[in-house]
Formats: sequence, structure tokens, C-alpha cells
Amino acid sequence: MSSRIEILNDGGYRSDGRRQYELRDITIDLTPQGTADGSASITHGLTQVSVSIFGPREAKQRSQTLHDRAILNVEVNVLPFSTGDRRRRGRSDRRILELAASIKSTFEPVVQTSLYPRSQIDIFVSVLQQDGGLLQACINATTLALASAGVPMFDFVCAVSGGVHSAAPLLDLTTLEENDLPHVTVAVMPRTKKVTLVTLETRLHVDRFADIFRLACDAGQTIHAEMRRAVKERTRTLVAAMGAGPRAGPGEHMDRDVVMDDTIIDY
Amino acid sequence: MPRPPSPSIPEKEFVYGALKEGLRVDGRLPLEMRTPALAFGPELGWVECSLGKTRVLAQVDAKMVKPPPERPLEGIISIHSEISPMASSDYELGRPSDEEVTITRMLDKVLRRSDVVDKESLCVLAGQRVWHLRLTIHCLADAGNMLDCACLAGVVALKHFRRPEVEVVGEEVTVHHPSERAPVPLSMHHTPYCLTFAYFPDASTKPVLDPTHLEQRLSAGMLSIALNAQRELCVVQKAGGVPLAADEILRIVDVAVDKAKELDKLVEQRLKEDWAGRTVEVR
Repeated sequence: MSSRIEILNDGGYRSDGRRQYELRDITIDLTPQGTADGSASITHGLTQVSVSIFGPREAKQRSQTLHDRAILNVEVNVLPFSTGDRRRRGRSDRRILELAASIKSTFEPVVQTSLYPRSQIDIFVSVLQQDGGLLQACINATTLALASAGVPMFDFVCAVSGGVHSAAPLLDLTTLEENDLPHVTVAVMPRTKKVTLVTLETRLHVDRFADIFRLACDAGQTIHAEMRRAVKERTRTLVAAMGAGPRAGPGEHMDRDVVMDDTIIDY
Repeated sequence: MPRPPSPSIPEKEFVYGALKEGLRVDGRLPLEMRTPALAFGPELGWVECSLGKTRVLAQVDAKMVKPPPERPLEGIISIHSEISPMASSDYELGRPSDEEVTITRMLDKVLRRSDVVDKESLCVLAGQRVWHLRLTIHCLADAGNMLDCACLAGVVALKHFRRPEVEVVGEEVTVHHPSERAPVPLSMHHTPYCLTFAYFPDASTKPVLDPTHLEQRLSAGMLSIALNAQRELCVVQKAGGVPLAADEILRIVDVAVDKAKELDKLVEQRLKEDWAGRTVEVR
């Protein structure tokens, strides 16, 4: 079935009309959900993920706490209607456990856990729709939710997926493309330009890997700009709603960036 | 559930201090592997692999089954990994820990999803009979880097295994006993080797290849790369841990390329030696 679809046609367009290096539409929603301390939902094209953060709070199981830092607890719930074939996946499905484990270990060094000893931060991830780039969407949504919960972090984590179609690198794959191509997911920390997560699951030549890897690192910066804009927009609305913000007089720039000093301690 | 005790402060400082100077507790160079020792059992497809004190047993057997209707032309490969408290007290029965999930998923990705064995060659009679290969991996002892050891054991077991010869006449399938006709090796696309690098919290410390149990416990992130001697990457896995520069990752991939070639040579040689020592009687 899938072999009949042209991944990249002669005109340089992909099956959904995008160019090689074009990302899908990103929608970011930071409205609060229920009683969560922070929440975010993100869509990359047709992939939709929603994340709720609770905490830092006292851990349910006291025995699990660490005396010098907070622990992260990640639970991923893939809803049965998120894929084409309706299928209920148990909590103990290995793919889901692996997804949760990689989200957890991605954020452990990024969240400043040492500020909250003996506590727990719960991250609940719900996958509402899947159309490729699941890990990327989960990571981006978690970053945004942590930011909206006010959990201190060293940096954003921005993830993007990429693939290679006979020597032509493509970015942000859909399910259709993921099934046919070797694909990588790369998560970068945009300020230090360091990479926290790389996964590759299919056979790919070393030289090809280098190309797509570098490209994905650059694409992370684009995603970062988008995420940052959404966070600032949300904060601005909140400040305006509270009536606490500085009034924008004529000639004053409201959106001047607060540049944090770029000397980051190497952790 | 008691947590395993963490290394003591003097031990930790000693190891970190030594690693910073490029020295390892067991005297290896930072990018030196423990030489894998492969022992073959009396049966074909029975391999015990050890890296230092880490020991893993892999065994392959095949039986004939009816294929599922959605894939009538492909054989089935299933991997069963037995990680029990026998290997180390870190593992327990019941809900698997993150580490166990990582090992099982990596084995699945390296040995099954990267198309090591040609599945179509396992088909005997379309829609009726296919071979079901069952690879069982028993972890006997964990002294660090069990993943690489398990992957190596699994791949070598698949290379070592030979399935009985079959003959198809019309709808009739005859399986020949190994004493009647020489069993045939599996047709394999490539042989991936997994290599794990450990990174430490201090950024100036160089990464080490094939970490021991202690190094693994003290590390702040691992990077696992599975690739074959033809410079093809099969799996790259770095889930979180210390952030690394892009160039560093590409440098490590190049290191892994060389190591995989060395490993491939060693495995081929050991298999040849073992095969020379076996007599297969064919009437």
C-alpha cells in the first residue's frame, strides 16, 4: 500500500504538499487544564499531544524520594482513538514505557530538580492524535507545560524528527513517511546548541546520518522560536489580564526581550 | 522496594578523579572494550558471550508454524529476554525497571527491526508454513554493559544457528533431520554490533566505551550505537542524560565505526574456528 505513494516527487514536493525542509503547522495552546499546575498542548500537523504537570509536590510514595533533588514521574497515555486502527494499549506496553523513560531522562538534567529536594514532579502526557513525530511532540509539549507550571529549567528542549529519502533529507515526518524511511529524532537545547536526545531506529549510512543530524539541530532552533513566542504571548495576556503590566506608552517597546546572560554554568 | 546502595563518596571521587586523567579502574584505555569471549555450546545456535564478568547466554530454536494471515510470506522472529535477579540484585521480577525496558527494546530494535534475518527466506509454503525463530537471551551476570553483551550474543547466535533443510513437493513439506541432510544457515542481511559509551557529569571527562557496572552507576548519560561493519547505523540511542555538542556525537559515531569493524573480524574468526571443530555427518 505505502509503496505506491511517492515520498518526494520530481517537483520536490512531499505527499502532503510540503517541501523537503518544511515543517508542519505548529499550534501551541497554553490554557490551563483542570487543576493542573501547568499544562500545554501542541500540534505538529495532525499529531496532537497534551501534557499536564502537577507539582513540585510531596511524593505519593515517600520511599521513592531523593534527599537532594526532586524526582520526575512521567506517565504516558496513548488514547485508543489516536491512531487509524483503534487499539487499546496497556500501561505496560513496552513502547509506551520506553517513551516515558526517554521523556524522563531527557528532562532530568534540564529541570533544576535540586531546588526541590524530597519532592516529586508529575508529568502526565496524553497522546490525542498520532501522525508521525510522536516523541518530538511529547518532548515539545512537556517543555511548554513545565514552563507554564513555572518549574525552573536551564533551557528549552526542542525536538524535531527527520528522515532520509534516497540521499534527500526530509524534516518533520508524517506516519506515512516514517513507515518508509529511516528516521531520527533529535532534541536540542537551543541556547547551548547541545543535543540531549538522539534516536535512530532504522538502517542508515553514517554519512547520511551526519547530514540529517546537523539539519535537525538547525530545525530545533526554528521550533524554539515558535515555542518561545507562544510562552511570551501567554505571559503577556496573563499580565494584561491582571492589570499589572507596564502600560505601553508611545515609543516604548513592549516586546523587548529580556536577555538572560548567556554564560551558563556547565552542568 | 529498596534502592540498590549508591557507591560511597570516596569511591565516587576516586573514579571521577581517575577518569579525568583518562585512567580507568580496570586499567583499560577510555575507548577500549573488554575483549568479548564467545563460547559455543554443543548445539547450533547456543552461544555464551562474556565481556569481563558480564555473561549472557543466547539460544536460537526454530519450529514450523502457520503464518498470520496479514503476513503470509514472512517468517516470524521473536526475542525473549530473561533479565532476572540472577544477573544482579538491581533487577526484580514484576514490573520492569526503566533499565530493563531499555535493554529489551534495544534488543528488539537491533536484532529484529533492523532486518538482520531475511524474513522472507523463512517462508516454506506461502500462507501455510513458515519458520518461527525463537531467540532466548538469558542474562547470567551483570558486571556492566549488559546491553552490548546481549546484542553480541544474540547476533552471534543467529549467525551460528542452522535450520533443518526442508523439501517442498507440491503441498508436501518434508523436514530433513540434521543427520540426513546438512542444515542450512539463515540468510542474513547484515550483522549489527551494539556499542555503548558512558558520559560523566564533569564535561572535561572523556567518554568511556563499554562501561563497567561502577562506571555505569556513576555515569550521567549513555549513548548506544548499533552499526555493522559496512558503516551502516542501525540504532542510535541517547535518551537524555548530559547534553552533548553535535560534533561530539558525530565523532563518537566515527569511533564506533572502527570498533564495529574490529568486532566483526573477531566474531567471524571465532565462528570459523568453531565450525572447523565440528563434524557434520551427512549420509
